[in-house]
Amino acid sequence: MTALLNVTALDAFYGDFQALFGIDLELHPGEAVAVIGANGSGKSTLLKSLAGLVKNRPGAIRLAGQNIGDYAAAKIVRMGLALVPEGRQLFPSLSVEENLLIGAYGGDRKSPWDLDAIYRMFPVLRERRKSSVTVLSGGQQQMIAIGRALMSNPSILLCDEISLGLAPIIVENIYQMIPRIRENGTGVIVVEQDIARALRSADRFYCLQEGHVTLSGRPSDVDQAAIRAAYFGA
Amino acid sequence: MTGFIDTVLAGILLGGIYALFALGLSLIFGIMRLVNLAHGDLILLAAYLVLTVTTALGVPLAVATVLVIAAMFALGFILQRLVLERLLGDDILPPLLVTFGLSIIIQNGLLLVFGADSRRLQAGAFESSSIMLAPGLGVGLAPLTALILAVLAVALLQVVFYRTSLGRAFRATADNPQIAQLMGIDHRNIYAAAVGISLAVSVVAAVAFGIRANFDPSIGPARLLYAFEAVIIGGLGSLWGTLAGGIVLGLAQTIGARIDPEWQILAGHLAFLAVLMVRPRGLFPSRRP
Amino acid sequence: MTVESAHEPLAATTVTSAPKPVWHAQSGTRLSRAAGMVGAIVVLALIALPAVASRNLIQDLVFVFTMLALAQLWNALAGWGGLVSVGQQAFVGLGAYALFGCVTLAGIDPVIAIPLAGCFAAVVAAAVGPLLFRLEGPYFAIGSWVVAEALRLVCAQFKPLGGGTGMSLSNAALVDMTGNKWVQTLLGVRAAVARDIVVYWIALVLVVGITLGLYAFVRSRLGLGLAASRDNAAAARSVGVQTGRIRYILWIAVAFVTGMVGALTYLQKARISPDAAFSVVDWTAYVLFIVVIGGVRTIEGPIVGVLIFWALVYNLAQYGSLYLLVLGVIAVGMMLFVPAGIWGSLAAQRGLQLFPTRRLLARHGPSPVSTQLPR
Repeated sequence: MTALLNVTALDAFYGDFQALFGIDLELHPGEAVAVIGANGSGKSTLLKSLAGLVKNRPGAIRLAGQNIGDYAAAKIVRMGLALVPEGRQLFPSLSVEENLLIGAYGGDRKSPWDLDAIYRMFPVLRERRKSSVTVLSGGQQQMIAIGRALMSNPSILLCDEISLGLAPIIVENIYQMIPRIRENGTGVIVVEQDIARALRSADRFYCLQEGHVTLSGRPSDVDQAAIRAAYFGA
Repeated sequence: MTGFIDTVLAGILLGGIYALFALGLSLIFGIMRLVNLAHGDLILLAAYLVLTVTTALGVPLAVATVLVIAAMFALGFILQRLVLERLLGDDILPPLLVTFGLSIIIQNGLLLVFGADSRRLQAGAFESSSIMLAPGLGVGLAPLTALILAVLAVALLQVVFYRTSLGRAFRATADNPQIAQLMGIDHRNIYAAAVGISLAVSVVAAVAFGIRANFDPSIGPARLLYAFEAVIIGGLGSLWGTLAGGIVLGLAQTIGARIDPEWQILAGHLAFLAVLMVRPRGLFPSRRP
Repeated sequence: MTVESAHEPLAATTVTSAPKPVWHAQSGTRLSRAAGMVGAIVVLALIALPAVASRNLIQDLVFVFTMLALAQLWNALAGWGGLVSVGQQAFVGLGAYALFGCVTLAGIDPVIAIPLAGCFAAVVAAAVGPLLFRLEGPYFAIGSWVVAEALRLVCAQFKPLGGGTGMSLSNAALVDMTGNKWVQTLLGVRAAVARDIVVYWIALVLVVGITLGLYAFVRSRLGLGLAASRDNAAAARSVGVQTGRIRYILWIAVAFVTGMVGALTYLQKARISPDAAFSVVDWTAYVLFIVVIGGVRTIEGPIVGVLIFWALVYNLAQYGSLYLLVLGVIAVGMMLFVPAGIWGSLAAQRGLQLFPTRRLLARHGPSPVSTQLPR
């Protein structure tokens, strides 16, 4: 089947500093792809480039056949690519429900994710819908961040280190939602430092080291030693 | 005793006008974290535009006001997209220097076109009519309308901010413009709308002010200072606070004037400094982090 | 990547002297040394100028020196200190009024009164500073303007010094001014011209002192600390930079010198009024223009800026509002399109520094690889 997302020879720069070198990546509908790597390997930069927060060559990123490498982030969301940013980054001035609603702001796409669907997936949020987001726990905030991204009904969901700072059992709960998200054909890219967790939930993975893809494939096809070598570098 | 009540009443009514001056400034502070030093001069520009439309086109004041509101909204949009947008960032110098330059440009542009003579907006009988609130207690209809407009403006803005999706977008962009983009919000248009609304409110302020007092191109900066004082006294981040701040400023001025007419403006400045000393965050700051 | 040793290898037999460090920090460049010499010659020429120049030129130069002084001071406060003030006219006015007070009410000699006026401005700055510092960034800017306005209104109420309409300095006080008689005999000029020349020399001393003082400050630990705070306040605090204290001292010092400049200016004009002494156009708008045109955060910038400003004033001032409009448009255009200013852009392009404030790593003795200094 044709790829949802095609990344070809992606370079990314912060000013003069080059963070990514010739990244190639593919995502198919309903797939879960993990991107693993140490701190500073370029994982977040990759997601930011896909989401349009970091500008690129037009042809470096193709979404549903269109070159979006130089598109603005607001435009990319409307095309169906949503990012759950690192550190949650909820809007402190908005309540729980408002944070979810704002996710649908750019929305021309109305289903299947609406407020009710998000509340069904994360019932605890319905109880706290009116409260300020700043008083909620890390796990609840992460649920809101994911829900907010889903409200735009993306065909591609990017998750940037959603396990960061959360207790393992909470992380487990959250990762159990991923299959439900994939059910509708949404492709998911998960960036994680927790290698085991990432590989458990993914169909395929890419390993980044200092801005390069050092290993990719199916988790079942590679062994620990190869992953370690790719993760840390020779 | 009635003298004192008169002073208090006059102060509250004056505060209504100061609140109208301040609302536009408060909006831009709150949403864009931008300080517009040309704010007062833009109010004067609005006054002169209304003056021109009424005298040159012979249009009644109310209609002229609506027309100029539309024009200034558009001007605000353009100003933001062409000029102010380039100034947003961590460095505080560019916005201050550029808006200060704009202030000089507008003041002197108005001087060149209209001259330094004092002008006044004509509102016919409305200007001087008054109503009796209670036996022996009359208030001017125009100042009372200004106060009511100020309250309505705040209420309307609150509704927009807290009950509409556009308002959500405003608040989200004010919180975090980069993440707001991830929601499909084009922060540049949000900012442009904010500047547009700010200028639209300023038109109402200009008309309210221009009816009851003479104006000339050089009084813009003083309007900026009053607006600023009202915002700080009231507390950053709260529109009702700005309204309250305006009223406190108005009261300080009228009470000062009662002691000695030459002390009116100084009394306002001193009230501002006093609030800064004892309640630096203002009297009604928002609880936002 | 290997690390070069920091010291030359000890000779096997000697143990007496410590090895000389190979690397050292160097500030001067050939250009800056040349500029220094040219600058010294220019200053000497300016000192000697009154012997040959017309009175008009002397008065023009006083204007140039005072505007340059104010520009350097504003630059120090805003560019390096991070305190963007739109209210420095407060200290110009305070200094001016203090001078008039000293001379008219206390009979103090005008020249002696100048530093006293500076002290007065500094005291007010010390009192008002903590209040204003509660306001951040742009709010501080407008707050400083409010303070200036409040002070203007207070002075306008002060009847002994003319109240709202102002007053003039009596001729008697001026004629007996320190240095007047000496200059009259030295250069064979009338009392009024001698006064202008004394003012000229004081202004020259002030502006040279301010420029050198700013240069010394920027190169000092305090200046370095402030520059660090501007980049990253939290990080600077964590290495012990006491940003708040340094800023407060800078604020007071700038007020002190600004007060002296104000006193000097109004000594020359010999006539004061609140609206003039606290004018935001004369003492802030023009200053901002000079700094913006020349280049913020450079010491050379305001020098370039004031020369351009002088040329514009000379040719356009008669056009009143149009002239101000043009200045405003130029300033806005510069900030939008050439934000580093004329000098700033030139310097950035070519790495020029006439007042060397950066420290470069230089090597003693023969180098094993190359003798190129890093840029």
